[in-house]
Amino acid sequence: MSTYYAPLAEMQFVMNHLAGLEQVAKLPGFEDATPDTVAAILDEAAKFATQVLDPLNASGDREGSKLLEGGVVKTPAGFKDAYLQYCDNGWNGLTKSPEYGGQGLPQLVATAVEEMWHASNLAFDLCPLLTQGAIEAIELRGSDALKKKFLPRMVAGTWTGTMNLTEPQAGSDLAAVRTRAIAQGDGTYKLHGQKIFITFGEHDYTDNIVHLVLARTPDAPDGVKGISLFVVPKFLVNDDGTPGARNDVHCVSLERKLGIHASPTAVLAYGDHGGATGYLVGEENRGLEYMFIMMNLARFSVGLEGVGISDRAYQRAVTYARDRVQGRAVGLEKNAATGAIIDHPDVRRMLMTMRAYTEATRAVAYVTAAALDNAANNPDASARAKAQAFADFMIPIVKGWSTEVAQEVAALGVQVHGGMGFIEETGAAQHLRDARITTIYEGTTGIQANDLIGRKTARDSGAVAKAVVAEIHKVAATLAARSEPSLQAIGVALAAATADLQAALDWMVPAYGQRTRAAHAVAVAYLKLWGLAAGGWQMGRAALVAADQQAAAGGGDPAFLHAKIATARFYADCLLPQASAYARTVLHGSESVLALDVEAF
Amino acid sequence: MKILIPIKRVVDYNVKVRVKSDGSGVDTTNVKMSMNPFDEIAVEEAVRLKEKGVATEIVAVSCGVAACQETLRTALALGADRAILIETDVELQPLAVAKLLAALAAEEKPELMILGKQAIDDDANQTGQMLAALLDWPQAAFASKVDIAAGVATVKREVDGGTETVEMKLPAIVTTDLRLNEPRYATLPNIMKAKKKPLTTTTPAALNVDVAPRLTTLKVVEPPKRKGGGKVADVKELVAKLRTEAKVIT
Repeated sequence: MSTYYAPLAEMQFVMNHLAGLEQVAKLPGFEDATPDTVAAILDEAAKFATQVLDPLNASGDREGSKLLEGGVVKTPAGFKDAYLQYCDNGWNGLTKSPEYGGQGLPQLVATAVEEMWHASNLAFDLCPLLTQGAIEAIELRGSDALKKKFLPRMVAGTWTGTMNLTEPQAGSDLAAVRTRAIAQGDGTYKLHGQKIFITFGEHDYTDNIVHLVLARTPDAPDGVKGISLFVVPKFLVNDDGTPGARNDVHCVSLERKLGIHASPTAVLAYGDHGGATGYLVGEENRGLEYMFIMMNLARFSVGLEGVGISDRAYQRAVTYARDRVQGRAVGLEKNAATGAIIDHPDVRRMLMTMRAYTEATRAVAYVTAAALDNAANNPDASARAKAQAFADFMIPIVKGWSTEVAQEVAALGVQVHGGMGFIEETGAAQHLRDARITTIYEGTTGIQANDLIGRKTARDSGAVAKAVVAEIHKVAATLAARSEPSLQAIGVALAAATADLQAALDWMVPAYGQRTRAAHAVAVAYLKLWGLAAGGWQMGRAALVAADQQAAAGGGDPAFLHAKIATARFYADCLLPQASAYARTVLHGSESVLALDVEAF
Repeated sequence: MKILIPIKRVVDYNVKVRVKSDGSGVDTTNVKMSMNPFDEIAVEEAVRLKEKGVATEIVAVSCGVAACQETLRTALALGADRAILIETDVELQPLAVAKLLAALAAEEKPELMILGKQAIDDDANQTGQMLAALLDWPQAAFASKVDIAAGVATVKREVDGGTETVEMKLPAIVTTDLRLNEPRYATLPNIMKAKKKPLTTTTPAALNVDVAPRLTTLKVVEPPKRKGGGKVADVKELVAKLRTEAKVIT
């Protein structure tokens, strides 16, 4: 069996040389994120992931969370202890404000740590992830009283949080939310309705759960402008902070799912026994707007789930490929061949594909995380705005592309295992099943692509997009001008992808305004093109750094640097060429997507 | 009561070590380094004694290159109050380390020193014993349980064939065995606090200790690869092979 080990050297390479940890650590508020402290944090997180979370991943998948009598949910064996230990060790408060007991560390550091949680046990990490979203909502727009009542306990993890958006008729379209909230005249509201797909909506970890719920007040306008956001705790909270009376929110069932079995996905009934007491967050009718502020980070985190699962699937596949003896490796000397399947060229192709995609998606995500840190804490207003615009542009790409890539990587992980990959005991299949939700929740790939072509590309007439293309072009030119043949080859491939990207961008901006359905029909191709090119951009930068370190005496681990350049070259030779296919689809594909009448299906 | 815990920076236990091509030692360039696992147990024991109110101060000390500061920070994150690095680039052997620690003990005057029974790199299992001899303190090596009361340490030791319980007057030396405790994880807030805890540096010269190696390493080689076994036809052939080839019976 394969054990998860966090790729610390790779993570630190990306943080230090691509994302610019040194610059982030100079931002006001992030001064504690010095390289030695960050190394100590990553070391300790890696230990926790390997020793505590990874061993529970397969057993949690097999056992699943169960709904018992009286709406009680039992999480799989070991999960509660692991959660309590996770909180005791302070991980829940990594990025949270010191005002509420957090450590206030940069998103870039959290990103590497979160990747370890996602990789070692995605289902486990969903609870802290949702708590984080709920904390943000209360912190951003909640009253001081709400903050005081809930935040310290939520930051410590003593209470967890959930996000209640979806209803049976309101999935991607939240305008259809029907849950009602009626003001009681004492500042509180009574909520009635049903919410579905509530991750960790009920569990046995803690003695209270804080639900963030979207609902409508009676006189609210129709559509998205009539939705408000409420805090509805499972137990009302007394003035001394202790849990009081049971609130009227109950888990009525748990979903049976394709993956993330350890994570209880609850159907929650509000107000079946007179009304669930809720507290308004911010102002009435602005709930969706608040939700979207948090959505950015939630989408980023799901993209990172794609990175984590890809890496886990890759590590498992490598372990198996080294071990599994089958046939003789073609073309190798009789006695040199080990017989392990890792010697077969096609298995190498699969492992390199998995590796290159994992490294590329990681680099793109970490660079985006550093932009989020600059957007939050850079003292220079124009640098802040620039970083925010870049992060806003990249987030649908990180979310959409990394999770789509994870499908392919996890599927290849199964393929490397051959028939045994289809058998659950190898663990390869779990990654494929767990990965499957990531392209769906927090906005499907289609929703991400719509966001990318609309709000992120067309709204500013492609201004931010063009600036990013120019950056990619610069890296391609630098690579092409180098003397090393590998770097030149990467540069040529990246330049070609940049041209494809430019062509697709030039098509998309006018198309979005004039031929809306056509633009949407090829939006996902446009998103994947961006992902591939952004991955090539970061892999190209990584190759440049690695080559410079190779040239400098004592510049780094020679084996690591060699592998980095070889992986970047593989990405350029074998994956990046897909960019031209996607560009062709963007430029020419929309008509055929929409050619058939509905009746023809 | 003050406790001194010497800790060593070693190649991480997950790393598959490689012998340098010239056979002069193990290649440690670009290799992940961590605290010796037996020393983690020593730190944990000290922290538990402090949590019980037995110890009042825990001082972590390491001897070696500047990078040992990272290992000392780990000890601080786990609960040590302050740390001392005795910095030197000389390759330290157990006797030199014992002398350095003895000199430091004379300054710091701890009542208890807890060491790992051995380090996972050279597996020497000597420093604690040498240190006790140099200080002329009682020692209890391979501890699996430690109780301190009224100036006396009661220590259960792992010995061949079972355990043995000894009592010794403080100040004393304890070395840890695996069963003594299970070390905790450093918490995130404590990792952050460790940054601000005092870490001072001294040198062998300042402690007036000659650390020049007394032993010469002739050669370091990989363990021989296991050769494949063979099948014998009958007992007679087996006995013959044991006698003539393996030479284990006569």
